[in-house]
This record gives sequence, C-alpha cells and structure tokens, in this order.
Amino acid sequence: MAKIIVVTSGKGGVGKTTTSAAFATGLALRGYQTVVIDFDVGLRNLDLVMGCERRVVYDFVNVINGEGSLNQALIKDRRVENLYILPASQTRDKDALTLKGVARVLEALRKRFEYIVCDSPAGIEHGAIMAMYFADEALIVTNPEVSSVRDSDRIIGMLSSKTRRAVQNMQPIKEYLLLTRYIDKRVDRGDMLSAKDVGEILAIPMLGIIPESPTVLQASNAGIPITLDKESDAGIAYLEVVARFLGEEPPEREKKSFFTRIFSSKLT
Amino acid sequence: MRVLEFFRSKPDSTATVAKERLQIIVAHQRSNRGSSALDALLPKMQRDLLEVVRKYVEIDNEQVKMRVEKEGNCEVLEVNITLPEGSVNKNE
Repeated sequence: MAKIIVVTSGKGGVGKTTTSAAFATGLALRGYQTVVIDFDVGLRNLDLVMGCERRVVYDFVNVINGEGSLNQALIKDRRVENLYILPASQTRDKDALTLKGVARVLEALRKRFEYIVCDSPAGIEHGAIMAMYFADEALIVTNPEVSSVRDSDRIIGMLSSKTRRAVQNMQPIKEYLLLTRYIDKRVDRGDMLSAKDVGEILAIPMLGIIPESPTVLQASNAGIPITLDKESDAGIAYLEVVARFLGEEPPEREKKSFFTRIFSSKLT
Repeated sequence: MRVLEFFRSKPDSTATVAKERLQIIVAHQRSNRGSSALDALLPKMQRDLLEVVRKYVEIDNEQVKMRVEKEGNCEVLEVNITLPEGSVNKNE
C-alpha cells in the first residue's frame, strides 16, 4: 500500500523543499518507487532543487484540470532509478488545487508508487492544507529557533484537526520531527535550542538532526538533491533519516552519542 | 568591574530563555486547540436553549450564559440561566 508523506513546517525557509528532494531521493536510492510533488502553487521551486526545471511541460494543476495527463506531467529523474517529480503550477490562482482534484491525482499515483512525498508550501492556508490533507505520515521540518518551533506546534495542531485522518476519525497521522540547520557548537555555547529542548517542547518522535552545512546551498545551486552528495555531512544525515523512517537503526556515529539517546528513548 | 561581575549570578543562556518562552506559548496554543469544535457550536446551542426556556419563562438573551472549561482530560460545559423574579407562570 502506498504511503503519502507530507513535508511541512508552517514557517518558510526552514528547509521543506531541500528535505522533500533529499528524502524522496533517499527513498528511491533504497529501491522504492517514489514520487515527490510540489504543492507550492505559484511559487514552484522543487524542480530547481531537483535540477529538472527545463523539463517541466505539464504540471500538477494541468493534470487536475485535465489539460495534460499524469504521464505527461511526471518527470523521471535522470540520476536515480524509480524517482519521479510532479512539478507545481506557476498560476496565480491560489485555489487551483481542489480537494477532489488532489484526491484524484493521489489515487492514480498510489497505484504506481510506494512513496508519495508532498512538499508543502509555507503558511497555514489552502495550499498547506491541501498538501497535508491526505497524508499518512508527516515530517515536520523545524529549525532550532523560536519562531520555527512555535509554527511547527501550530502545524502539529492542524495535522490533528484539519486532515482526512482527523476528520474521518481514522488512525492519526504519524508525526516526526526533523531538525534542520543545527549547529552543535552554538548549542554547546547555550545560544541555540538543543535537539532535546525542541523534542521536549513539541513532544513528537525525532527522526533526525541535519547539521547546518555549506554543502546544502552548493547542492541546490547545482540542482542536485543533497542525498546524492556522498561527502556531505547533511546528505549523510538525510540518508540516516531515510533509514530511520524505514525502521532501521543507522550505525552510530562518533561524538553523536546523545542523538542516539534521544532516538532510542523516543522511537522505541 | 570585573570583580563585581564575578559575584553577580550568571544570567541564563539565551537558549534556556528561548525554551522557557516556548513552553509557555506552546501550552497556551494547545489549550486553545482542544475545545474549538465545541466553541463553534456554542452560539447555536445558546439560541436553541433560549427558545426552549422561553416556552416557559420570559428571559432576555443575556440571561443564558455558556462556557466551556477544560479540566484535565474532560471538558465541562457550564450553562447559567438567570431567571427574573416572579417570572414563572404557575398556572401552566
């Protein structure tokens, strides 16, 4: 059965698109049929981060409106087997995504893919709700910073009230915290919230910590998902996130023993 | 100066301050969350109640007061209906 995963945060600029690209690529690298969908109608960017912006012909809204087929809109990644991208539309019409239309496209994708990753727009408006509505699991991308943590808490509230699983009284969405732009040194100095602090405040299981890294910007400059950079500390951290998501305990890294302490207490 | 600073108690790190502020704001956000469904129903419930009470007693709109309170895991719906003196018609 296909799983729908929303990558969301409330606040903008925390790393949703970077995470969507890295996470979807990581799942595909593990051999899973994976599609990543850009829900940011009007401000599409996933195509740029994935490096396929010049191959966009038809988009998500075209498919919903019947102006192009799903097969025409899906872009096959040239580097990773099993990985597809469904780009967002550049239309200014915010209500172009309808619940019925999104449901129909997701239903068609479910037959073909094992994982459907939904890259949510920032905010708590229509687009963000469309991205989370049909989700089975949610990655809540958070920076160790007050406004991001507060917005993540709002999003957690919406996941448990405004989604299909909530409305239809089904098993609730599985929520995971993903801390990004983490700087160990600043945490040690006491001028950045620690993973433990954020985990305690938001009270959902931690899937991983992505260190702040210059390689993330370099990768997006080049249109390469960070999980394809074998040298990048952030890329390695994302691969560990994928492993943990798939239920594996990744090999312990030195100096990070306190991470594993958090994970083992929260995930088991 | 240095000596004075040494004796002054060390201020909390900014991360600690951030955590404390967030704990308060998040607790507040969460307390607003739960009862929202019932809150939305209150005005209609209040109108319906008024209609029922008015079958028997003359009362003003403001004399029916309702509110929802959270107590641990359960919600308490408090309804307060003030009856004006001598308003009940004993013949009915």
